[in-house]
Amino acid sequence: MNYIYNLYLELLCRLGIPEIFGEITFAVIPFVIIAAVLILVVLFLVLFERKLLAFFVQRKGPNRVGLYGCLQTVADAIKLLFKENIKINAGDRILFNLAPILSLTPVIIIWGLLPYTSNFEFMKFDFSLLFYIALTFIPLIAVFLAGYSSNNKYSIIGAVRAVVQGISFELPILFVILAVSVLSSSLNLYEITNAQNHFGIFGWYVFPCFLGFLIMLIALPAELNRCPFDLSEAESELIAGYNTEYSGMRFALFFLAEYSLLFASSALIAVLFFGGYNSPFGIYLAELLPVKAILTSILIYAEQIFWFFLKTMLIVSFYIWVRATLPRIPAHKLVNISWKYLLPASIINFIIVLLIKVIFGGAEW
Amino acid sequence: MNKMKINIGPQHPSTHGVLQIITELDGENIVNCETEIGYLHRGMEKLAENRTYLQYLPMVDRVDYLGGFFNSFAFCDAVENLSQTEVPQRAKYIRVLMMELNRIASHLLWLGTYLLELGAISPYFYAFREREMILRFFEKLTGQRLMYNYFKFGGVRKDIEFTEDIEEILKVLPEKLKDYERIIADNPVFLERTKDMGIITEEAALNYSITGPNLRATGIKYDTRKESDYYKDIDFNVITAEKSDALNRYLVRTGEIKESMKIISQCLDWLKTDTSDCISSKINEINLKLPEGEYISKTEAPRGLTLCCLVSDGSEKPYRVKWRTGSFYAVQILPELLKGHTVPDIMAIYGSLDVILPEVDR
Repeated sequence: MNYIYNLYLELLCRLGIPEIFGEITFAVIPFVIIAAVLILVVLFLVLFERKLLAFFVQRKGPNRVGLYGCLQTVADAIKLLFKENIKINAGDRILFNLAPILSLTPVIIIWGLLPYTSNFEFMKFDFSLLFYIALTFIPLIAVFLAGYSSNNKYSIIGAVRAVVQGISFELPILFVILAVSVLSSSLNLYEITNAQNHFGIFGWYVFPCFLGFLIMLIALPAELNRCPFDLSEAESELIAGYNTEYSGMRFALFFLAEYSLLFASSALIAVLFFGGYNSPFGIYLAELLPVKAILTSILIYAEQIFWFFLKTMLIVSFYIWVRATLPRIPAHKLVNISWKYLLPASIINFIIVLLIKVIFGGAEW
Repeated sequence: MNKMKINIGPQHPSTHGVLQIITELDGENIVNCETEIGYLHRGMEKLAENRTYLQYLPMVDRVDYLGGFFNSFAFCDAVENLSQTEVPQRAKYIRVLMMELNRIASHLLWLGTYLLELGAISPYFYAFREREMILRFFEKLTGQRLMYNYFKFGGVRKDIEFTEDIEEILKVLPEKLKDYERIIADNPVFLERTKDMGIITEEAALNYSITGPNLRATGIKYDTRKESDYYKDIDFNVITAEKSDALNRYLVRTGEIKESMKIISQCLDWLKTDTSDCISSKINEINLKLPEGEYISKTEAPRGLTLCCLVSDGSEKPYRVKWRTGSFYAVQILPELLKGHTVPDIMAIYGSLDVILPEVDR
């Protein structure tokens, strides 16, 4: 890390740019890279969702642009870039413009927090799980701001619904996360992952914390405004809900934020309950290959990324499947689900985990 | 707290048509609501008055674009009764067959769009897939997918020479209906959203003159097919339920699909054994002049009772044509049903009534 930093400063020095500028910009560069990767992944994710949804209903899905429609989402993105940004006359213009940015920025930081491999130096610190959770609530505020500033009745209903939803599902999620952090005695996503690296698949926290896993699985789409909890943009009731008035790139930012948060949330489930980048076999397959040590370590990183993405994409697929199957749940029933079932269940889950911790002790349960 | 007035429609994705529902909201609770119709008024009744009977015949399919055969039948039946034309038995069975296929297609489309309004996307495609089989058959036989113009005064235009398509439909559909039950009727979210939603009491249904599946769901066994001359040799049940809520209306409609299949297979058996090739009685369609008089034909359309009142003054053109369609009355009861419910329930209730706007406005 230091080596790259010095190299970067030297490069700037040769170009005649002051060192202070380099010190500031060096922190920003990773985020720029993440943002670029994020857009690529989201483009793939949207295509993946459309293809999978098409598969569920026996359609072909996009298959005209590019090979098997692989460039369809790219074409859509370009279209959105060139679309007119419709400005609003009434309503709060500053908040209106701020909301899409506010919804995407935290997600980019979240992507930086995720443990893709065991040695991803960037943003590795204790409390990263807590930081993650804090950041996921900011897009919710952005949704509210968007609805509030749009001066549209459909938007305001969508915005209020989003807030109700967010508040009621925050608590069960926090309780589950508390249980996981008790199990691993850590709030660091890397340490949580490493704590599950025992006895292969049986070391994963999905076993001691199965109830918590189910709660997370239900509560996260509610946080994400995803089907069956997509109340804040229920198109059959509220046209497009909070983003009715948005168009062009501003709409695209909301869209990006939604899908990248879907990926990040699925990744969180993979990390908390399925051992993140750990191999399900206990050892990495790359270790078995008869190659040089340096190559093995690189291959292990590649394999870790593979496992991480595989687990995440499986969970994403599950959410797409849910979207294809379930009707929307109305708002007041949603609140019932959260306060009457999920919250007590998450507390029970916490107690179970505490008992397991007391009996077995240690980070590996 | 201030009440908020919000317009749902006429350009709203899930009114599928151009209905305007002006709702007064307190939070998300509906305090008051009124419906505004007439955005799709085409003057169907007035148009009849300066057209000959034959010129008007292709237009009646458009009264309810999902049940073209029923409107055609209602008009043809009125004309035939006024002119006292006998319809050959074979044509009668073909008419029943086509109408029941059309009923299935119409109910399937309702099923798909209703679930889409509730937020489930897959059933929409499944229902359209099955409906497509029926429409393909219609296209093969009549050349049209929606506006058939297939019935003519005194019979039908073309004989059914191939029955494989219908047999295929009869074979495939029951399995698919079981699939629907698994994904829809056994789905707790669906049950939660439809149970006790928009209950039409027996009294209200009669007061608002609701007909069709919406009425039959209340338990009243009213089906004009049972009185009809066309259905007299055909064995079928009238599907009813105990209480007309959204769920029971769904169950009645799916039950009707099954009954329709029963009717179709009976018609098919009859048509196969029958050897006559008379599908239409001789009648001068072009210069058709009806004797002075008035006749009201009764048809049990998918969306309720369709009446076509035809008044003739003895000239080439009808003196007056009046349509009575089921959806019009279903829209009238909507404000009463919506009061006290919340915004998400609007679509759950409105969709369950199976309203087609062209039929309301005509």
